Amino acid sequence: MTQLQARGVVRAYGPTPALRGVTLDLAEGEIVAVTGPSGCGKSTLLHCLAGILRPDAGEVTWRGHRIDTWSEAARSRLRRTEFGVLFQFGQLVAELTAAENVALPLLLAGTGRREARTAAFTWLERFGVAEVADVRPGEMSGGQQQRCATARALVTEPRVLFADEPTGALDTLTGEQVLTQLVRLAREQRTAVVLVTHEPRIAAYADREIVLRDGLVDHTGLGLDVPLAGGAR
Amino acid sequence: MGEVSTPHVLLGLLAGGSRHGYELKRAHDERLPRARPLAFGQVYATLGRLERDGLVATAGQDRVAGPDRTAYALTDQGRDTLDQWLSTVEPPMPYVASTLFAKVVVALLVADVDRARSYLIAQRAAHTARLRELTAVKTDPSATLSDVVAADFAIAHLDADLRWLHATLGRVADWHREVHP
Repeated sequence: MTQLQARGVVRAYGPTPALRGVTLDLAEGEIVAVTGPSGCGKSTLLHCLAGILRPDAGEVTWRGHRIDTWSEAARSRLRRTEFGVLFQFGQLVAELTAAENVALPLLLAGTGRREARTAAFTWLERFGVAEVADVRPGEMSGGQQQRCATARALVTEPRVLFADEPTGALDTLTGEQVLTQLVRLAREQRTAVVLVTHEPRIAAYADREIVLRDGLVDHTGLGLDVPLAGGAR
Repeated sequence: MGEVSTPHVLLGLLAGGSRHGYELKRAHDERLPRARPLAFGQVYATLGRLERDGLVATAGQDRVAGPDRTAYALTDQGRDTLDQWLSTVEPPMPYVASTLFAKVVVALLVADVDRARSYLIAQRAAHTARLRELTAVKTDPSATLSDVVAADFAIAHLDADLRWLHATLGRVADWHREVHP
């Protein structure tokens, strides 16, 4: 069932168009990669879908409700309760420990302190970083920070996770470990994922791929309907 | 980097002790998952050559209900050969030889930019589909480390090909002008 929809979304930065009419459906629990060359509009699309940016034209609907017309407060509430957001780096609060960072979205949503802390530990364990629970971001490696940020993005068990180049700052092995775990847990709890990346090997983790070019959908799916030479595999 | 040297792989699989041809085939397919499976005939033919060259020797025979169950063991010479192989670094891409590359060149020679471009796009779709299949293999919770490492090897190469396909798509028009000035 489609839960998030974009219809003809247009967005410009001053005179520069970033999106020129993008339409996209996201089903419950679906993992979709949004790819394309630098400057194609993929991050802008993610921001519009997540209700961070408002499109200049077009519609974004969440479970049948147009959210692009909502106030900033209403969209912010939606992001706290139904959405999770994950960027490339630098999203942890520097003054808080890993456990406090992960517990933060739960506390903001009204969960009790003790319960939030327990959940935070569980999620840090799931990403293999329980040992840094009481450590502040400045004393962690890049990989540990991104694992914590991923735990924090999933701790509220959001319906959609928006991830913009989530492994872009990590080495290959660490990046793949984080992504494998992210995808596994997202599937377990039926969290849909919008995964923005310019790397084919990262996009391959998704169920489906949407390729943008110059602010428009260039092609989708990339299913194999061509014959292979010699029938070989 | 060329074809896998089956003789050396078999020597390696015998390093831990003698084995029958059938056991060697099984060990090969288990340790090198997603490689082209070894045919029995190829195992026995290779063992025959290795024996002829003094790199393996028969080490007993137990004939159970018909099939040949000759066991083979590594000789000292075989161990030296294996050691030498392991100490040798493979030449990194000594030639730029790939059917992908050759096909685009030929498409540009005999046809036009569109022909080359449509091949590149179709190949990119095939590569992407295979990349997704192997990523699913590797992220399956039941995947062994052998599966993961084998899939990773293919994924890294597909990824490199995809980057090349993508960059070449962006260059194919200029390239055509160079080929047909």
